[in-house]
Amino acid sequence: MTESATLLILILLTSLGAAPVIFALPERAARLRTAINLTMAAIKVALVGWLALEVGQGARHGLSFAILPGLEFRLQADPLAILFIALSAVLWLITTIYSVGYLERGPHRARFFGFFSLCVGATVGVALAGNLFTFLVFYELLTLATYPLVIHRGTAEALRAGRIYLIYTLAGGLVLLLGTLGLWVLAGTTDFVAGGIMADVAAAQPLAAQALFVVLILALGVKAALVPLHRWLPIAMVAPAPVSALLHAVAVVKAGAFGIIRVVFEVFGIETVRELGLTMPLAALAAVTILYGSVRAMTQDDIKKRLAYSTVSQVSYITLGVALAGPVAAVGALAHLIHQGLMKITMFMAAGNLAEALGVKRVSQMDGAGRALPGTMLAFTLAALAMIGLPPLAGFVSKWYLAQGGLAVGQDWVIPLLLGSSLLNALYFLPMLHRAWFRDAPEAEAPRPRIGWMLAAPPLVTAALVLAAGLMANAPFSPLEWTRFIVELEYRE
Amino acid sequence: MTGPDWLTLSIMLPLFGAVAAFILPRAAAGLGLATVAATTLCVLMMADRVAAFGAVTVPLGGWGAPLGIELRADGLSVAMLALTGMVGLLVSVSAIDAFAGDRTARQRHYFWPLWLLLLSGLNGVYLGTDLFNLYVMIEIIALAAVGLTVLGGTREALRAGLDYVYASILGALLFLLGVGLIYLQLGRLDFAGVIAAPPSAAMTAALAVMFVGLALKTALFPLHVWLPAAHANAAAPASALLSGLVVKGALYIVLRLAGYMPALTEDILTLIGLMGAGAVIWGGIQALRADRLKLLVAWSTVAQIGLIFVALARAGERGLSDSWKAAALLILAHGIAKAAMFLAAGRIKDEVGHDRIRDLDRSPIRPTLAQVTFALAAINLIGLPPSLGFIGKWQLMEGAMMAGYWHWVAITMIGTLFSVAYFSRVLAGFLRFDRVRGGPLAEHHGWSGADAAPLILAGAAVLLGLAAGPIIAFIDLGAGGAMP
Amino acid sequence: MTPDLIYGAAGLAVFGIGLWGAIALQDRMRRLLGLKLCSVGAGFVLIVGAWREPPAAPDPVPHALVITGIVVMLSATAAALALIRRLHDLEAADDRA
Repeated sequence: MTESATLLILILLTSLGAAPVIFALPERAARLRTAINLTMAAIKVALVGWLALEVGQGARHGLSFAILPGLEFRLQADPLAILFIALSAVLWLITTIYSVGYLERGPHRARFFGFFSLCVGATVGVALAGNLFTFLVFYELLTLATYPLVIHRGTAEALRAGRIYLIYTLAGGLVLLLGTLGLWVLAGTTDFVAGGIMADVAAAQPLAAQALFVVLILALGVKAALVPLHRWLPIAMVAPAPVSALLHAVAVVKAGAFGIIRVVFEVFGIETVRELGLTMPLAALAAVTILYGSVRAMTQDDIKKRLAYSTVSQVSYITLGVALAGPVAAVGALAHLIHQGLMKITMFMAAGNLAEALGVKRVSQMDGAGRALPGTMLAFTLAALAMIGLPPLAGFVSKWYLAQGGLAVGQDWVIPLLLGSSLLNALYFLPMLHRAWFRDAPEAEAPRPRIGWMLAAPPLVTAALVLAAGLMANAPFSPLEWTRFIVELEYRE
Repeated sequence: MTGPDWLTLSIMLPLFGAVAAFILPRAAAGLGLATVAATTLCVLMMADRVAAFGAVTVPLGGWGAPLGIELRADGLSVAMLALTGMVGLLVSVSAIDAFAGDRTARQRHYFWPLWLLLLSGLNGVYLGTDLFNLYVMIEIIALAAVGLTVLGGTREALRAGLDYVYASILGALLFLLGVGLIYLQLGRLDFAGVIAAPPSAAMTAALAVMFVGLALKTALFPLHVWLPAAHANAAAPASALLSGLVVKGALYIVLRLAGYMPALTEDILTLIGLMGAGAVIWGGIQALRADRLKLLVAWSTVAQIGLIFVALARAGERGLSDSWKAAALLILAHGIAKAAMFLAAGRIKDEVGHDRIRDLDRSPIRPTLAQVTFALAAINLIGLPPSLGFIGKWQLMEGAMMAGYWHWVAITMIGTLFSVAYFSRVLAGFLRFDRVRGGPLAEHHGWSGADAAPLILAGAAVLLGLAAGPIIAFIDLGAGGAMP
Repeated sequence: MTPDLIYGAAGLAVFGIGLWGAIALQDRMRRLLGLKLCSVGAGFVLIVGAWREPPAAPDPVPHALVITGIVVMLSATAAALALIRRLHDLEAADDRA
């Protein structure tokens, strides 16, 4: 079977290739920089769309060369990869527009957008990685590219947050290196193959296989913010709003969750994980994280921190769905990878607008925000309701499939867990909405704030996507449909 | 062998170049650069032949082994020569800029002859096939290296240089003593003879004495004490040569002998690995405590050299036939990255005016390209993908895991964490702006010759990881126990 | 006790004394002299390698090696002496200041 590599290289180049150019541009060449950024982001969306069409028709796109004897650097565009790059390509375009608006006249924009591009490039690499070794390469690149973004403000607080971020993620990366090496030594390959590559090893050396699984989940759990490895995520909130948006919706947290999906389905194979007796512990860990994140979110007054704990909770839905080890739950998990991204990016951009236009950074300051910034708060409200799981929004669809999936494999406890989590979501999101829409702003009303379209439009667009992903869940090429396509492939093996 | 004798040329060219540069100080820079370029060209031609024939041997003056001097190039030697050529060429380019002013006329005057002499000595080591020649060559290297160390003429540099002289002469003499002991038993000194010798207690003793001498020269813990001050106080291009290339000479001899020595038993390898582990940890601790940028970089050399010895020991006696390749990859990675890092550190010091780590973020001047270079070099030295350092580390850990030697895996991971910790001390400061004093922020974005060379080196070290497969295949050429 | 053993042992002993001096002593000149002793010791050992049971002629190779070694050591010593002197001058200037 011949594989075509051109599209993949082009997609990587739109961000990895753009980064050096952007770095090299002088600081004041803002127009040119924005033009390059937006052009590249738009080209990428087009290329990814094309790739998705081809892959949907069964075409094979891949690229590989040997780094060491037997050990390949390998990119491949399977449907799962498409799911993740489609998310990152679309949201990159939107976030780029938002960032241009957000950072207008701010310092170090060349550096910011350079690392921004690298970060998205790394995410694309994570998505396209055809084996765990390649995944590791891009996973580490992602860490390095996001660090300067997290500490972009260059203050003592930002540096402290950056240090914690770096300690967690690089330590996680080191453990992932250990795990990848372990896989290589045990299985003799690190390829992602539907159905997994560890069945034989698990039969012969169950203890080693279990240890390897634990090591890999721990390593990926750092970025996926599984309790107790989540601590960096709320602290990294000092980053500028578009960075937080990207971190939570597309890049870092999702790379961890995506890695868990790959490891469970394509390294071990869901059957092998079940035989090793590891699905339930993983599901339990996810359940604990879901509840813990929600409970912690309730007590946060800082808006971004509340959103961060909400991410801790919501991303673990993905892990939960994977760990439930049934096709229906898997559909829910994968759909949530997309849905959570759309919802969370909306909320972070909205939070950024609140801070920029109104100086509102705390929940207790949100009174009357709805009247001051109606568009932004409308988007925020839509996303929050979707998070809670209100039909027909995107969040409802994934929760529905997770619940069905739990029942299908006889894990009835998932229902109360999801209900409880939704209740907690409601408890920490509804007061925000209440303050924004039904309370009056404090006396000293400033003149009506104005934000440019580059800040106002992006959250509305993503909110519309949240609505669309729910309403048109069964349309062709909707996240849910694509997810079904993937799960069919994974479970056919 | 037909065609020009590239092996002899690659030793003689820099030697004549050194003399010419000494006689004609005005033209020294041009002569120097041309000589290094020509020598590197010889190495490329040699690489072509080695790729075709596996190994190339030249008897000097028509005398063959065991009497005469023989030169031999195989994959490993050519890889080391290429490292020397590539690093040397780029350091030369940046030296032209570094020693350009009137203030540095004296340094410029001596730099080129010393560096060319050093190049000749290094190439001689990589092509030599008998122990006595190696002794002469490492003495030549030592003399040139000491000269480079004290080039700045400051008191600290002179003191460090003197300690370096003592360590270096002592190391060479221990090596000579070992050579004498071997001659006493075998009556010959060529590699082939030494390798063919049956293992005996006396041979082990002789090799141990030689090893101690080489360890002193390559600054293996606990014999490293001379290195940090010497490397930290030299002028930047000299530091780059010293840390990137000079310590590799003795390291290469260890590698060359280790690959074929039946006398290297499990116990000895464990001991070597432990010394390496000590270096990784002690070097890491000292780098964390260092108050100056160049000192930190120098201590990181101590730690990295240690890691190379851990690589050699990673899989014990049975794994030795492969372990040297992991060590060789790490040597190449360190050579390129460390040279880049010292050049970058020198640029930062020049631009900012000091290299106190704690105060770097107070300066409004941010030499961006030098900072980028430093970061890329750090990626390599930490061993993050896809750099060459990462592949070396991967090989190290892979071999150790396969052999079940988890302690070497643990040491490598500890070393990685240390390097993250001490390099991020520097890197975080590059991006900190709230402590800036004394004027508006001045970030340099422009290109200058002085920044280009180290950036190319650092970038190459990162990207070469993707070419690790061909590199490993190449260093294996002509190895396989096929020493003549 | 054959002559080669005696010379060999003496060579090692001289090397050892020099080694002790180079490591343990403080004075720069004395340390250098210690290194010189080491070189003499190593030379001894090489010369012993040339010894052959009479009437066989001694092996000429070690002699050549030792002569080379002496030349190399001479230049190393010269470099060290130059450094010591330069440092001495600098430090004397400090003391006057």
